[in-house]
Amino acid sequence: MAETLFELAGISKSYPGVMALDDVSLHVYRGEVLGLIGENGAGKSTLMRVLGGVIAPTKGVIRIGGTEHDRLTVNEATQAGIAFVHQELNLFENLDVAANVFIGRERLVGGPLKLVDDAQMRARVTPLLERLGADFTPDTLVDNLSIAERQLVEIAKALSIDARVIIMDEPTSSLTISETERLLDVIADLKAHGISVIYISHRLGEIMTCADRVVVLRDGRTVGELARDGLSHAAMIRLMIGRDLKALHTAPKRPPQPGGCDIVGLVTSAFPDRQVDLSVRHGEILGLAGLVGAGRTSLARAAFGIDPPLGGEIRIDDAPVEVATPRDAIRQGIYLMPEDRKKSGLVLELPIRENVTLASLLNYARMWLVSGPAERKVAKEQVRRLSIKVPSIDMEAVTLSGGNQQKVVLGKWLSMQPRVMFFDEPTRGVDVGAKSEIYALMRELADKGVAIVMISSDMEEVIGVSDRIAVMHEGSVSGVLERPQFSEYNVLQLAIGQTPEAVEAAAP
Amino acid sequence: MNKKELGLGLLLLVISAVTGVINPAFLSLVNLLNMANLIGLFGVFALGEGLVIITGGIDLSLGSMFALLGVVFIDLLTTYQVPWPLALLVVLLGGLLLGAIQGFLVTRLKMQPFIVTLCGLLIYRGAARYYTSDSTRGFGYGDEAATLSSIASGHVAGIPNTFILLIILALVLGMLLHRSVYGRWLYAVGKNEEAARFSGINTNMVIATAYIISGGLAGVSTVLFVFYTNSVSPSSFGNFYELYAIAAAVLGGCSLRGGEGSILGIVLGTALLQVLQNLVNILGIPNSLNFAVMGTVILIGVLADHQLQARRRRKMALAGLARTAPRSAFEGQQGAAPRGVDALPARTGDQA
Repeated sequence: MAETLFELAGISKSYPGVMALDDVSLHVYRGEVLGLIGENGAGKSTLMRVLGGVIAPTKGVIRIGGTEHDRLTVNEATQAGIAFVHQELNLFENLDVAANVFIGRERLVGGPLKLVDDAQMRARVTPLLERLGADFTPDTLVDNLSIAERQLVEIAKALSIDARVIIMDEPTSSLTISETERLLDVIADLKAHGISVIYISHRLGEIMTCADRVVVLRDGRTVGELARDGLSHAAMIRLMIGRDLKALHTAPKRPPQPGGCDIVGLVTSAFPDRQVDLSVRHGEILGLAGLVGAGRTSLARAAFGIDPPLGGEIRIDDAPVEVATPRDAIRQGIYLMPEDRKKSGLVLELPIRENVTLASLLNYARMWLVSGPAERKVAKEQVRRLSIKVPSIDMEAVTLSGGNQQKVVLGKWLSMQPRVMFFDEPTRGVDVGAKSEIYALMRELADKGVAIVMISSDMEEVIGVSDRIAVMHEGSVSGVLERPQFSEYNVLQLAIGQTPEAVEAAAP
Repeated sequence: MNKKELGLGLLLLVISAVTGVINPAFLSLVNLLNMANLIGLFGVFALGEGLVIITGGIDLSLGSMFALLGVVFIDLLTTYQVPWPLALLVVLLGGLLLGAIQGFLVTRLKMQPFIVTLCGLLIYRGAARYYTSDSTRGFGYGDEAATLSSIASGHVAGIPNTFILLIILALVLGMLLHRSVYGRWLYAVGKNEEAARFSGINTNMVIATAYIISGGLAGVSTVLFVFYTNSVSPSSFGNFYELYAIAAAVLGGCSLRGGEGSILGIVLGTALLQVLQNLVNILGIPNSLNFAVMGTVILIGVLADHQLQARRRRKMALAGLARTAPRSAFEGQQGAAPRGVDALPARTGDQA
C-alpha cells in the first residue's frame, strides 16, 4: 500500500465523567479518501480536533513523518499539512476571497510600512480557483458567495498551505445535489493530485461514492474498518449501531390520553418548501430524532413563536391556537426548553429566584409590583421539587453546574401550567446523575398529562426515553416509529431519508 | 444599598469633607443649596438616560431635545400666549413622542441606539435653530408663566424644588426599576435579550418604554432648565448635557453593556459630578480644567470598579471550576466543535 502520511495510535480523551475517545487508532495513506462515520456523539469531531491540534489527547501518540508527538499544536498540525474545511464555514464575509485564503499569512510590500500586497495574493489565488473549477474571481467578496462556493474558498485555502490531508466535516449538509456532485468531483481531483481527504458524513451514499476506505466510530471507539469492496449501506449501519437500548425505558403509568398537540402542515422559515406534520398525545413522550440540521430545532422554535411559522396550523385538543410570539405560546401552555440554556434559557447573571419566575412574574405581582414573599415561595418550591443543589435561591445561575442550570430552566416552566412541552437536547452537557433525574421528571410530567416532544441527537436517549419516535429528514417528518419498531437501525434509516416502508420491512 | 453605591456614597462624603476643610465656603448653606439645585436639574434626565443604558442602549439626543422643546415652549407662552398648563402638556407630550419615535426605530426597525439618537441629536438641534432663525428666545417682561416659573425655580423650606422633584422621581422610578415587574424585565432584557424573549417577555415593548420614559423626563428637564436660564439660545442650550447624564449613569454603576445599574447609583453619580464642578470653582482650580477633572474621576472610578469585578469573577470562576461540566465530549454540540478547530491555541484552554 501507499505511503502512510500520519498515524494516530491508541488515542484516548477523557473528560470528567465521559470517555470521549477510547483507544482509537487511525492512519491515513497518501492520496486516499478516508470515510469517517458514526452517530452523533461517536467521537468523530473530537478525534479530528485532536488531529488539528485543538485539543490534547489524554493518552496515545500521533506519528507524523517519522516523529512522535504526545499532542499537536495548531501550528504543528498546519505545518504537517493538515487542513480543515469546516461544517460551519470560518470565513470572513467582509473580506474578499484572496484575503480569506491568506488570512494570517498576508503577503506584504513596502518594507517597513508592511502594506498588504493584494495584487500578489490575488495572483496566487487565481490558479487555485481555476484548478477547483470555481467561476468567481479572487477579488469577490465572500459575502456574495454561496455556501458551495465558500467551501471551494476553504479548499483553496487548504491548497495554498500545501495541505496533504484535508478534513471535511459534513461538507454537503447545506449543498444542493448538483453542488454535492461538483464537490465529489473536486475530491476526486484532489485525490488524483496525491492529496488525502478525510470525509466525515452522515450521508452514506456519498461515502459509497467517494471513499476508498471507511472507519466507523461508536461511543468513542473504532468499531470497524471497511475496504472499498466491502462497502454497503447495510454493513456501515450495522457497525454504527449495536446496543440494546430499549431496556432503559420507563413505561408510562397509563396509555396516552386522547387529545394533545397536532402540528399540521407547519412551514418553518428554515425550510420554506417543506411541511411538517406531527402529533403528540397528552401523556406521551415523543422523541424527535434526526441528523443535526434536519429541522427539529426550527420546528420547536416555530411552535413556540420564536420564528413564527410561515404557514400551517397548531392545534391543541383539536382547537387551533394562534402562536405568533413566545407570549402567545406560553399563554397556550406551550413551553420550550431551548437547546442552548446559557444563551436562551437563563439570564446567567440573575439569581436562581429571578430566573425561575422570569416567565410568570405577573402572577406574583400586585399592580405590577413584585411580591417578594410570593416569589421566594415559588422559587423555593421549584428548587425543592427539582432537587436543585444550591445553598440559596439568591445565587446567580452562572455558578451552577450544567445539570442544575437545566433544572432551573425547567423550574421556570413547571411553576406554570404546561400542556405541551418541547425539550431541545435536554441533557446536553449534563452529567449522568442529573440526566436520569431529568428523564424521571419528564416521565412524571407526561404522567400528569403533559404532551412532551423531546428533541435529541443522543440515540441512547431517544430510544431509551421515548414512547414513540418521529424522525425528521431535511425539514419534514420522514417517519414515526412505535416501540416495537424501535432500533438504531430504523431511526438511522429514516434520518438519512430512506422510506418508511423500508423500515416497516426491516422491523422485527 | 449594595457595595458599589456604598463606595460611591463614601467617595462623595470624603471629597466633600476634604473640600470643606480646605475651603469652608464649600459647606456653607448657600453653596449646598446651590449644588442641590444643580443636582436636581441634572439628575432628572440622568434617571431616564440610566434606564436606556440598562437596556444596553444609549440616548445621545437629550441636550438637543432640550433646545427644541425649549424654544417651542417659550414660543407657545410668549408668541402664542398659550396658557401655561397647555404649554407644559405640549412639551411633556413632545418629549414622550420623540422618545417613542427613537424607541420605535431601535426596536422595530432594529437600528443601533447610538446612530438613532446621534441623528436625533443633529436633527433636533437643527430644527430648533431653524425654527428660531438661530435667535435666542426668552421671556418678555410679562409674567406669562409666573406660577409655573415659581414652581420650577422656587423652593420649599429653603430646599430647591428641582431637588425635591428629583427625589420624588427617584423614588417613583426606584419602585419601577427595583420593585416592579417592568424593572425585572428591564434588567433581564439588558443582560440577555434572547433568554428574556424565550421567557415570553415582549422585549421590544420593554426597550421602547425605556426610551419613552427618557423622552418624557427630557420634557420635564426642558421646563426646569428654561426657568433656570430664563431664555433659550437654540445653538447652545443643553449642549453636551446628554454626556453629563451618561457620565452620571456610568459613574453610578450602569454598564454600557446593559443590565446593570440602580436609581440610587445614578443619583449619587449626578451628585458627585456636580460636587466636582463646584469644587473646581471653590478651590480656585482654573475653570478650564473643569472637564478634565470630571473625566479623570470617571476614568478612575470605572477602572476601579472594573478591577474589583474582574477579581470577583476570577473568584467565582475558581469556585465554579470544580463543578463545570465538560465542555462537551459530544459531537452533537456541532455549534461549538467546528469553530473550536480553528481556534487559537490560547483559546483552547477552556476546552481542555
